Amino acid sequence: MTSVISIKNLTKTYGNGFHALLNLSLEIEEGEILALLGPNGAGKTTLISSVCGLLSVPKNTITIAGFDVSEDYRKSRSLIGLVPQEITIEPFETVMNAVSFSRGLFGKPKNSAYIKQLLTDLSLYDKRNQKNMTLSGGMKRRVMIAKALSHEPKILFLDEPTAGVDVELRKDMWDVIARLRESGVTVILTTHYIEEAEEIADRIGIMNKGELLLVEGKNELIQRMGSKNLSIELQEPAKKIPASLSRFNLTLSNDGMQLNYIYDVRAQKTGIVDLLSELKKASFKLRDLQTSQSSLEEIFVNLVKE
Amino acid sequence: MNFFAIIAIYKFEMARTFRTLLQSIISPVISTALYFVVFGSAIGSRMEQIENIEYGSFIVPGLIMLTVLMQSVSNASFAIYFPKFLGTIYEVLSAPISYVEIIIGYVGAAATKSFIIGIIILMTATLFVDVQVKHPAIMLFLLALTCVSFSLFGFILGIWAKNFEQLNLVPMLILTPLVFLGGSFYSINMLPPIWQQITLFNPVVYLISGLRWSFFGTADVSIHYSLFAIGIFTIICITIIGWIFKTGYRLRN
Repeated sequence: MTSVISIKNLTKTYGNGFHALLNLSLEIEEGEILALLGPNGAGKTTLISSVCGLLSVPKNTITIAGFDVSEDYRKSRSLIGLVPQEITIEPFETVMNAVSFSRGLFGKPKNSAYIKQLLTDLSLYDKRNQKNMTLSGGMKRRVMIAKALSHEPKILFLDEPTAGVDVELRKDMWDVIARLRESGVTVILTTHYIEEAEEIADRIGIMNKGELLLVEGKNELIQRMGSKNLSIELQEPAKKIPASLSRFNLTLSNDGMQLNYIYDVRAQKTGIVDLLSELKKASFKLRDLQTSQSSLEEIFVNLVKE
Repeated sequence: MNFFAIIAIYKFEMARTFRTLLQSIISPVISTALYFVVFGSAIGSRMEQIENIEYGSFIVPGLIMLTVLMQSVSNASFAIYFPKFLGTIYEVLSAPISYVEIIIGYVGAAATKSFIIGIIILMTATLFVDVQVKHPAIMLFLLALTCVSFSLFGFILGIWAKNFEQLNLVPMLILTPLVFLGGSFYSINMLPPIWQQITLFNPVVYLISGLRWSFFGTADVSIHYSLFAIGIFTIICITIIGWIFKTGYRLRN
């Protein structure tokens, strides 16, 4: 895969001395969905704003498809669509006019067929003559996506696209993003929802206090950093865990029929063999064994805590 | 040059004008018509001629200038302040457009609107008083240049303003007094000598005087001074806007 966005040693300090980004470097690959996770104030929006031209950045720090965002701003910006966090659309304009305005702004000639298809895909076509102010919050967010896609960008930035939307609309948004990926658009989204990143992202970047703590493939991340749970189902209920097993920090279910063992997949020795051996010595009769992966949320919380 | 972007901004802004026709065009025309009724017909009929011109006709250039200045500043400042207020400015800042193109779009639309209003007021004036334009080409040129230069000024104001109060502060507290004291309703020759000198520091005097010259061929100050003054004002505004975009003042951090 080739990098479509390259960020090198980007530092952003605001007038009040606050370091929003600290020496951040990141390569974003063409056609991927990258989710940036991080608590409030982590620098996610600053990062997006820097790439999209809303903030001034030094030369040679950010390139889009090889074009420097400061030097070749026309070429770099024409490749990008941005959906900001807040719903900000012209209240008195119609959907069609607002979307057409965005297309023109990005230097594209009128293309009624494309706009019609775009609005249809986003379930907005029948509302094309309605004023933005008459739309529901979810529909307004769709209008913002339509505006961002109106000039057929190769890269789409979505800054918390599902913040404050209901579950149904969130799932709809995920479908929209999946379709965009299928059409070859690179999607970078920020989110607070771990579930969202887990569901749709190919890679995940975790940010905290202006730094990018890591960027890794979602599955690899979960695989590499996650702890696993081994559930041991017993044939007969156990009343308590014997002292000989105390080093494994086992937990016993209320009905006494299941033991749970948390182990680290990164460790050289997971302790499973020892545990099973000790269980045998303690005369436990096993019915079944099951392992489950820890969620991204647990990984995220642990990482940010560090 | 991103022509599509210029056209998009221009059309978008003009569409706003026609959407708010009552506020954008009809309202300034009605208020100016009231000036003609009060000053031109009611009071004007009892006033002496000024420089051999009927008082009603004499105030026409001043009234046009009064409205055009206020409308240019108000249109342009609102055009750029409103997207800042709503947050929709992000789209303009993230688009592949140069500062010059942004200015042509916003200032062009604001100047067009005030130019149209200026012409409508001139036509309205003919309903109340006898108006003849001696130098129509100069009149149109001066009017257009005033619309552009004060729209540039309005653009600066819109970027500078942090709230609606600041947006109205300059037009209300600075521009209105300057226009009223700039000879809209009188010739500065009617003032005591000392005030004649002081009033020459008011830049609006040169605008009104210039426009009056284009109507009647006589004015308080030479047309050359008028053209020079408005030219300098335009250059100052362009310089400030260039600095704003270079530094990102109140637009980009």
